[in-house]
Amino acid sequence: MFTELVPLALTAELFPNGIFRYAVGGLLVGLGAVVIYMGTGIPAGASTFLESTLSYVSDQSRFQQYRSSRDWRIVFTLGIILGAAVYAVFWQGGTWTTDVQPWRLLLGGVFVGIGTRIGKGCTSGHGVCGVGSASKTSIVGVMTFLLVAIVTAQLVQAMGVSP
Amino acid sequence: MSGNRHPLFMPLIFVGGLIFGFGLGFSHMARPEVVLDFLQFDDFGLLFVMFGAAIVTGIAFAIMPRVGDRAPLTGRAYGRRLKSFDRNVLIGGAIFGVGWGLSGICPGAAYASLGIGNFTILWALVGMFAGAYIQGYWRSQRAASETTPAGAD
Repeated sequence: MFTELVPLALTAELFPNGIFRYAVGGLLVGLGAVVIYMGTGIPAGASTFLESTLSYVSDQSRFQQYRSSRDWRIVFTLGIILGAAVYAVFWQGGTWTTDVQPWRLLLGGVFVGIGTRIGKGCTSGHGVCGVGSASKTSIVGVMTFLLVAIVTAQLVQAMGVSP
Repeated sequence: MSGNRHPLFMPLIFVGGLIFGFGLGFSHMARPEVVLDFLQFDDFGLLFVMFGAAIVTGIAFAIMPRVGDRAPLTGRAYGRRLKSFDRNVLIGGAIFGVGWGLSGICPGAAYASLGIGNFTILWALVGMFAGAYIQGYWRSQRAASETTPAGAD
């Protein structure tokens, strides 16, 4: 009896919200990338959209190299927004707003914008498609940003910043 | 590539984006709080999202090159997502990590967050575009001052 309860309690501690939403959501994220890959051969990531979209408004050479993909990346991003909206309407039961403070979002966003582009990918490019490709570069990239993000989040929490 | 694309190219990208975004909403990754809970060791669910997704793509990346040479809508060869390793992966990864840990938000999840009605996330999106512009401006200037072309990544 007791030995049966220990792993159960441990599971509840590690996953207070269960694992269903995470596992099913993750499989769907992967499926979305696979649908695009099977039809087009493109292992898509979400962060190149930032640079490719900037090519519409900036002549900088760095952005112009993404001209050929900038239109479909907008369609991909619109799909992501709409897909999440479908979830919000039918499962979430309305809109949801974060309590994380705007300065954290803005400053964090700047670091994400710089880092993901210099580091050649984000949580979807490296984390999903890169790791799925067993790419050593992506695995090292994921380990790097995971580790630094954990340290950062723990520091911010230790400084009493919440939410 | 553009101009004579297959008529189903854009619809397929859109459908893929829909599923991808729905998954991000369903997995709660579009909520910065849930990501921060993971980074602060309060809820390890994010591991299931990232590895669940990577396993699904991993299966497709392993199978597709064997069953077909080229993708039907682009004629593009099925390959894996392999990027060259250099110290930018570490430097950029670390900078990204600081931003992710500070905000709980990454690009795909930020777009999805907009979809779940979280308009406060526009702060993060403005930040991301600003950050992407800063690095792009800096790297463009640097590339212009060097004669050798930068590697495509």
